[in-house]
Amino acid sequence: MAELQQGTPQGARPGSPGLDTFPKLLIHHARLRPERPAVREKDFGIWQSWSWAEALAQVRAIACGLAAAGLKRGDKLAVVGDNRPHLYWSMVAAQALGAVPVPIYQDANAGEMQFVLEHAEVRFAVAEDQEQVDKLLEAMERLKGLERIIYDDPRGLRNYKQPALMSLASLEEAGGTFDAAHPAFFMDEIGKGKGSDVASFYYTSGTTGQPKGVMLSFDNLILTAESAAELEGLNDRDLALAYLPMAWVGDNVFSVAQAYCTGFCIACPESGATVMQDLREIGPTYFFAPPRIWENILTGVMIRIEDAGALKRAMFKTFMDHARRVGTRILIGEPVALMDRLLYWFGGLLVYGPLKNTLGMSRIRLAYTAGEAIGPDIFTFYRSLGVNIKQLYGSTEASVFVTIQPNGEIWPETVGRPVAGVELKITEGGEVMFKSPGVFVEYYKNPEATAAAKTPDGWMHTGDAGYIDEHGHLKIIDRAADVGRLSNGTLFAPKYLENKLKFFPYIKEAVAFGHGRDHAAAFISIDMGAVGNWAERRGLAYSSYSELADKPEVYELIKGNVEAVNRDLARDPVLAGSQIKRYLVLRKELDADDGELTRTRKVRRRFIGEKYATLVEALYSGKTECELEIQMKFEDGRTGTVRAVIRIADAETFAGAGARELGEPAALKKAS
Amino acid sequence: MAELPAARATGEVLLGVESISLSFGGVRALSAVSFDVRKGEIRAIIGPNGAGKSSMLNCINGFYKPQEGTITYKGRAVHHMRPHDAAKEGIARTFQNIALFRGMSTLDNIMTGRLLKMRTNFLFDAVHLGRAAREEIRHREFAERIIDFLEIQAIRKTPVGRLPYGLQKRVELGRALAAEPELLLLDEPMAGMNVEEKEDMSRFILDANEEFGITVALIEHDMGVVMDISDRIVVLDYGRKIADGTPDDVRTDRAVIDAYLGVSHE
Repeated sequence: MAELQQGTPQGARPGSPGLDTFPKLLIHHARLRPERPAVREKDFGIWQSWSWAEALAQVRAIACGLAAAGLKRGDKLAVVGDNRPHLYWSMVAAQALGAVPVPIYQDANAGEMQFVLEHAEVRFAVAEDQEQVDKLLEAMERLKGLERIIYDDPRGLRNYKQPALMSLASLEEAGGTFDAAHPAFFMDEIGKGKGSDVASFYYTSGTTGQPKGVMLSFDNLILTAESAAELEGLNDRDLALAYLPMAWVGDNVFSVAQAYCTGFCIACPESGATVMQDLREIGPTYFFAPPRIWENILTGVMIRIEDAGALKRAMFKTFMDHARRVGTRILIGEPVALMDRLLYWFGGLLVYGPLKNTLGMSRIRLAYTAGEAIGPDIFTFYRSLGVNIKQLYGSTEASVFVTIQPNGEIWPETVGRPVAGVELKITEGGEVMFKSPGVFVEYYKNPEATAAAKTPDGWMHTGDAGYIDEHGHLKIIDRAADVGRLSNGTLFAPKYLENKLKFFPYIKEAVAFGHGRDHAAAFISIDMGAVGNWAERRGLAYSSYSELADKPEVYELIKGNVEAVNRDLARDPVLAGSQIKRYLVLRKELDADDGELTRTRKVRRRFIGEKYATLVEALYSGKTECELEIQMKFEDGRTGTVRAVIRIADAETFAGAGARELGEPAALKKAS
Repeated sequence: MAELPAARATGEVLLGVESISLSFGGVRALSAVSFDVRKGEIRAIIGPNGAGKSSMLNCINGFYKPQEGTITYKGRAVHHMRPHDAAKEGIARTFQNIALFRGMSTLDNIMTGRLLKMRTNFLFDAVHLGRAAREEIRHREFAERIIDFLEIQAIRKTPVGRLPYGLQKRVELGRALAAEPELLLLDEPMAGMNVEEKEDMSRFILDANEEFGITVALIEHDMGVVMDISDRIVVLDYGRKIADGTPDDVRTDRAVIDAYLGVSHE
């Protein structure tokens, strides 16, 4: 570990008075390591880079430009677009002036944008391109307060004559003039900032109600980011791919806060569609991805392996079996027999190395996943390859980090130990609560929600049900509010069932029902890629998602998965009663545009239950099929109705007898 | 889409077509058609199936030799322009049935559009030194600008044959743009596309026209698209010009309505 930390700065620590805001940290790095790369971006097919000194110059120009245009301390600056260096710099530039950046999800529509712009009282906005400008202009017509829109990419905007529009290039130019006239201004303004100031707003997507504006201070972000970075030994030789939505607090912590704490470099992909290619080219050492992405990568690998020649398939199978046996133990440095080590090394030459290289994971020494439970198979796959993927638990209100799995203590079902400075407790109702330096300031203009989320002495409600296991690790089962009971009193944890279903490659999403009913039932949404490939290999013809989902063969395939979950549940003394008796396969994918998923792609169970109430009723009647008519939003914004007859099938359930023999696990006793 | 481009049909005449007639044996494809394309505008040629639209385009860039009439390009009359002359003169085109090198990558296909701009000779290219290497870098830079412009970064290295139809159309437009044309001829750039792809393509055509100042003449079936993006429209039917004017003029023209709704021809 010693050589890995050679680059960490000596002396003042991020978060100390001299280094308590991002602009101050930026100046610090521009002095300490002016030539080291701060940001890379692939543009015109080439990785362009900016050093810390150049990044400072950019931030300075933008900050002075914003000041010249009239942005004042305490004003809000919206930032909308993909991960672009100039957008990151705009955020830090606003912070340098004491203004507050408010990043907005780039796929938000004009209405969603309008809500945030209005609620946060945004005066200025920085947009990536024409697409975002169009939406901002549309929102602007219906709201007061937004005065100026600054755009990065001028393409297609030549004929826009709105006086509120201004290019970032001209803003920077004006900034240069302003800077020349007021040379002390930039540094003075930065000097006025302090750690307790609000650094930025993050609007939470929220499964219910309107989004809430989470206010995080510099102290929140910097102290949390720093203690996690220290725990993992991140330093200025690291490289992270900045590809997650800028409006999500995680991106800010990984791509800004931790980069500014340790001085590592971030790389912005060329476009949303090229992320996987860019990942491969840049080979980051530090990588975060939600379980969905890890799963997609693995699904991609499996599909390609199934299409590969017999020799390659055999090699893959042999060495992956071996890796599964010893790989994870080698990764955490446990003793492994010499022969096994040799074979693993050989496998590295033939399979693991080339595979990791193809995926862009050769250099990863720290990878995280969070947000949802990750399938144990998926998790083990990466770890056995030697990719140090770990789970963490956190939230926007916590400035991300609450718990992290420490190196060497990795169990797929837990989310690890509290990070330095974090205290955990479990309430009598089973809800997880924590207290940390990262706990947010408040929800903007929403004291009721703040009071409901956080106790006066700083304890934060997570709303998650969980417990501390025998290793001192936190284990999360479900949202506390969602844990229900079947009519016979059996505990029903819908997310737990859904996750178990989703761990099968053929199932993309699942929605479980059962609270107050006499048995559990589920909607299944198939994975088009995996099931499509499966169908092709069997010579099953289909022309659309809907047709594929309706195939009797697909129902049989899914039935096998559901029954495997039931068999697994049967062994669990607490949840054995919540086995899935009936299921159906949805004829369309669940979609955020239809309100069925949140923008972070979490299932909105209650909404789906209401929208498809007829289907839910059919699951609990004896019917074998149900006619349904629903409103659907097409990609171009039009709506239409779709009518379909959906079949409902039964799945076998299993007696819980086997459970007695295995004994009741200690962990679950605590949970119930 | 933002505001419609203001009618800019005021520029000088870039291409003039005067009384062009073309027949294949007994079939008269075009009879005495005249119209002009002015610098900087988007000019559409529309008409029902078999109206002679593609034949018109083929006459302009020299694929067909009209029996009668003259074509003036940049003020010079050309009785018959051969395709390679047309290309040298700054006329680029795309085809109704995509004509790309299917086995080559997107990038390589776009690079072929730069061929006429390359100045080195075979010998330099063979050793790939000095001038040749520098020149390739220059052309690659230009190709990358087009890739960025058309938002096809993700398929830069993908063989074109593996791409879906809509993207192949986009690559073909990219190859035409790579030649830095003054006049771009598009033969049904949106045929067979879904609404979203059509919108994307319309935006690229408008942007190419605005950003690079390229004059566009296009043939298109989709009336909605044509009305949205064109400055002026010429309507052909049975090889004759039946209307010529702004989208609003053409929309209300009796002859056009009849042609499209299929009134019997006396």
